[in-house]
Amino acid sequence: MKRLALLGMPNTGKSTFFNRLTGAGARVGNWPGVTVDLLGAKILLGGHMVEVVDLPGLYDLHGFSEDELVVRHFLENNPVDLVAIILNASQIEHQIAIALQFKLLGIPAILLLNMSDEAEKLGIRIDIRRMSESLGMPVMALSAKYGKGFAEARQAITGMLEISEQRPGLEDLKDKLAQDDLVEQQMQTIVSHSVQFPRQLPESFTARMDRLLLHPWLGLPIFFGVMFLLFQGIFLLGSPLQDAVEWLLGLISQHALEPLMSTSPGWLHGLLVDGIYNGVGTVASFVPIIVLFFLFMAVIEDTGYLSRAAFLMDALMSKLGLDGRSFVMLLMGFGCNVPALMGTRVMRSRPLRLLTMMVIPFSLCSARLQVFIFITAALFSAEHAPLVLFSLYLMSFATAILTALLFKRKLASQEPFVLELPPYRLPTLMQLWLRGWQEVRHFLHRASKFIIIGVVLVWALTHLPPGVAEASPQSYAATLGNLFSPILTPLGIDTQMTIALLFGFVAKEIVIGALAVIYGMEGDALTHQISISMDWVQAYSFMLFTLIYTPCLSTIATLRTESHSNLYAWGTVAWSLGLAWVVSFVFYQCARALGY
Amino acid sequence: MNQSIPLAELMPGENGVIARLKVDEALYQRLTAMGLRVGRPICVIRRAAMSGPIQVRVGLTDLILRRADALNICISPA
Repeated sequence: MKRLALLGMPNTGKSTFFNRLTGAGARVGNWPGVTVDLLGAKILLGGHMVEVVDLPGLYDLHGFSEDELVVRHFLENNPVDLVAIILNASQIEHQIAIALQFKLLGIPAILLLNMSDEAEKLGIRIDIRRMSESLGMPVMALSAKYGKGFAEARQAITGMLEISEQRPGLEDLKDKLAQDDLVEQQMQTIVSHSVQFPRQLPESFTARMDRLLLHPWLGLPIFFGVMFLLFQGIFLLGSPLQDAVEWLLGLISQHALEPLMSTSPGWLHGLLVDGIYNGVGTVASFVPIIVLFFLFMAVIEDTGYLSRAAFLMDALMSKLGLDGRSFVMLLMGFGCNVPALMGTRVMRSRPLRLLTMMVIPFSLCSARLQVFIFITAALFSAEHAPLVLFSLYLMSFATAILTALLFKRKLASQEPFVLELPPYRLPTLMQLWLRGWQEVRHFLHRASKFIIIGVVLVWALTHLPPGVAEASPQSYAATLGNLFSPILTPLGIDTQMTIALLFGFVAKEIVIGALAVIYGMEGDALTHQISISMDWVQAYSFMLFTLIYTPCLSTIATLRTESHSNLYAWGTVAWSLGLAWVVSFVFYQCARALGY
Repeated sequence: MNQSIPLAELMPGENGVIARLKVDEALYQRLTAMGLRVGRPICVIRRAAMSGPIQVRVGLTDLILRRADALNICISPA
């Protein structure tokens, strides 16, 4: 088996190229360091099986970040046949150093100049033939996003692999790279021989956009305005879709499932229809909103606006002991906490990483959003519901800020903040389609793993021991709920909601699935049942607790693996549990004392 | 009379040549890889409000960095 390693600076479209080459759907993003795990795929190229490895983005083979260490360790310990170096054509003048470093190491390499269309637009002309001659390695221009030059690049790689011999891992890679001055000199010679720059940069689109979007005083208001419109758009487009899914699920249940199950024993009917179908169906009706949410986030991310957000927010974040990147990760956390936690790997200083990872779980993720949309729809009027949701987003920020302020002294860092500001880009429809599809797949994966098991367990707890009335005081669910009632009753959370919360520990999607099972209802009937089983004070207290008490099990696992510390992971969980209880308690008792 | 001043003191629109990088090895490598090398012309594009970061252009690359870090980058007049 041959091995091909893909390597390049962050933000050069390496992941897009990887996806095209291997046909797999890795994430594509305009944020340095999105490709955080080592992705690999085995494909057939020319008559050989080739293992393609997508190495993390790096700035320099000398680097000290975790990603750069990963690349160095990979090259030291794994034999490779060929390294495909992917560089941003419009930034060739300083990115070419990496290609020279590989030439110096004697590793066979091919240089792919990506985003060559963008470079052309900027008026940068690269003489590919001359560059290839002076570099001593094949050079190809391509646009991974639009697929231009892809077939040729693939062919060249195949040809080179055909005649390649696997090199053993390189020892002492760092020492061999000592000749920096030489690289520096060669760089300038090669660039001046083969690249033509425009005399002056055209007053490009990016510059005009930035003048407005990075305006000292208007920048932040515009940013929050854009975010607000984004959320409005999600619900405007998502609500009808959500209704459609509910209607469809009802139709299936009424015309297919019920007639089919009419002869089966009562308990089986209960388990399959009231348990799994209603439970999973209730969760599934939120899929359109979640998909839209991720699509909109992807647009914002892929255009390069997130890096601007880092610029605008850095001054405020530095007062919290964080930096602009932490803010971007917090925003990413609104989609899902797990990738946001992994995204912190671009940070070099451990205290800064730990502090950022500590605040990310307070980001109101899309799974929690489902619970809140559901509950607010049941208990608040159409005019009040958006305000309630907005207040929960504010709470999400407030708890994150409080956490950062309390722990910033313990986790103080001096990490320099330097970040590339990429030009604005237009995401392609293909890119968006891949993203949306990935989210659906991700949901189905979670559904099959956690949600089904969760709702079955909830069904069992509410229907066992055999013979008890559903969710009656004799059921196991009630027993379990009563166990926690001394802690949760002061927050206004009843037994049924306690069961939902317990399962929400595993995944927040289960919360509404569990409620569907506990009450044995779905759709409007369930919404109505919820609205009479509690008042708005209890509902808000429940939502506050759900927002803060703990991220899902996957988040806790990620906290642990990323920090390599059990103490840190469980300490973070303990802190959020305690904070959730205090906030809900204060809210519930004050509201009651005020006569609500 | 080649007096250098910290990058942090340059105003938007002002430019100069990078004279010295007074930073540790890790940051030195990173800045170098991003194009911030001694001898290269650099231009300040904008400064964020509330003593926020500054945006600079080196070659065709735009970077943002904190003023505290920009204090350690010495610029001589172009």
